[in-house]
Amino acid sequence: MFELLGISPPAFFGQLLIGLINGAFYAILSLGLAVIFGLLHIINFVHGAQYMLGAFTALLLMTHLGIGYWWSLLIVPIVVGLSGIVLERLLLKNLYKLDHVYGLLLTFGIALVIEGTFREIYGSSGQPYGIPEQLKGVQNLGFIFLPNYRAWVIVASLVVCLGTWFVIERTRLGSYLRAATENPALVQAFGINVPVMVALTYGFGVALAAFAGVLAAPIYQVSPLMGTNIIIVVFAVVVIGGMGSIMGAIVTGFMLGVVEGLTKVFYPEASSTVIFVVMVVVLLLKPAGLFGRA
Amino acid sequence: MTDTTLATSRPGSTDSRRHQYVVFGLLVVLALIAPYFIYPVFLMKGLCFALFACAFNLLLGYGGLLSFGHALYFGSAAYVSAHAAKEWGLSTELCIILGTAYASVLGLIVGWLAIRRQGIYFAMITLALAQMVYFFYLQTPFTHGEDGIQGVPRNPLFGLFDITDNLVFYHVVLAVFLAGFLIIHRTIHSPYGQVLKTIRENEDRAISLGYRVEHYKLLAFVLSATLSGTAGAMKAIVFQIASLTDVFWAMSGEVVLMTLIGGLGTVFGPILGAFFVVGLQDYLADYGSLVTIIQGVIFVICVLAFRRGLVGELGRLLKKAL
Repeated sequence: MFELLGISPPAFFGQLLIGLINGAFYAILSLGLAVIFGLLHIINFVHGAQYMLGAFTALLLMTHLGIGYWWSLLIVPIVVGLSGIVLERLLLKNLYKLDHVYGLLLTFGIALVIEGTFREIYGSSGQPYGIPEQLKGVQNLGFIFLPNYRAWVIVASLVVCLGTWFVIERTRLGSYLRAATENPALVQAFGINVPVMVALTYGFGVALAAFAGVLAAPIYQVSPLMGTNIIIVVFAVVVIGGMGSIMGAIVTGFMLGVVEGLTKVFYPEASSTVIFVVMVVVLLLKPAGLFGRA
Repeated sequence: MTDTTLATSRPGSTDSRRHQYVVFGLLVVLALIAPYFIYPVFLMKGLCFALFACAFNLLLGYGGLLSFGHALYFGSAAYVSAHAAKEWGLSTELCIILGTAYASVLGLIVGWLAIRRQGIYFAMITLALAQMVYFFYLQTPFTHGEDGIQGVPRNPLFGLFDITDNLVFYHVVLAVFLAGFLIIHRTIHSPYGQVLKTIRENEDRAISLGYRVEHYKLLAFVLSATLSGTAGAMKAIVFQIASLTDVFWAMSGEVVLMTLIGGLGTVFGPILGAFFVVGLQDYLADYGSLVTIIQGVIFVICVLAFRRGLVGELGRLLKKAL
């Protein structure tokens, strides 16, 4: 098959792997957007900046405090998630009664402030973050050399995504959450503290973005601009998948990563635009999105 | 009207229109005197962005549609008009017309796709499509990538009038701006504009009254894209450059900011907002990312505490729709 298409198997599987990794990040980020949108009805434009914040916090912990990758993976989502809760309590909570568009504008403004601040301090260029000792090296799978770290990224993101899905769809806590998405007033009447739940949900969505940021730090360069570049693609992913379904966000994320990777093999010029093209096709055929409810 | 809807003032009655004509007259006088006190290139930049913001306001302030990719029409028209002036040597008015026409076509395509979804999805789709075209421009040879199209000549207007002098060209830009502004003003106060506002207030009711809301939305989108294109095409001739900055998402954010500061759904707000933002950029030009930070802070303040914008608040104080 490969000979017929004139493509070498290593190139094919190599791009497939890169696609899966990009897909892992799309999945975590679109999952976070979907969780936040479900309860807050806000499109969290600052999500990209929070992803960048995750990567940068890991880098700063390493250079200033000597805290390594594994501790960062635990600490950074908590710290950045807490900053998200503060943000929600101070700013976002004022918007729930307004048109949803204001949520987008406010979070866009916050993203500008965060990115501008980091660019002012650290410049626009990327900074490297080392791969942890335990995950260095590669596995020879016969048809491809698989770097250990990349395999870890795929496994870790799958675990986090499926864990989130399980908590929301299969546990009591998740059922409160889903109920509050449908009718917050009624859930409040049953004695559940909805404002606290909203704040925690936002914090969790932000923590997901920060977790993705730490995972991304050793692969991509840590730079103030890394967030916005990816978040616009994730918006397209969210439009394609529809934000109504948690599993939909995860599946769409991975799927589009793979589509993007394969495009790099067959028609590299289109690889940066292919996700947007898919979005156009989905809008034409199924305007509500693949997993969306009309 | 409650505070939950997008726009906050309601022009339309003949009484408010009379005030608007008075303000408009004052602005024209001010614009004619200004170039003798202020650097004309700065004023031209302000006017180009003011037209851009007014066109954007037509869509968001009156149609309730948030396009987060309006840089697409501004920047694309800038490329076409710069290319026509430099490579084809066309006279300036033809360059601007070509750029405008190109923006219209893009607006028709994007609008046709984006109105399939509402609200927040509409914003994300317009942003994503604008980013797609941005990547296309990044790769295609005619835009010259990161360099942009530089050294765009100011060819004689109608092949006759020399416009290389800034003061002369300023009056041309002013005339185009005023024409665009009057088209928007006329649109807002026409029966069509009334229906558009109805859709903004309550889309379901507009549908139940028998209006084909898609047609109204699409027309508003195309009009807005077209005039944004005029603004971008002129800007390319004023600064003699068309570059990726003009199509980048940050530019889309800037036009939202201009409209928001000035006042969503006000007639004159976007003009004031545009000059405010352009002035801010000029003033802070040497401070790098500080402009971005300040713009972000202004966004936050406007959304949380100042949703009527400068002109909207002024109008409320004077109890007149400006």
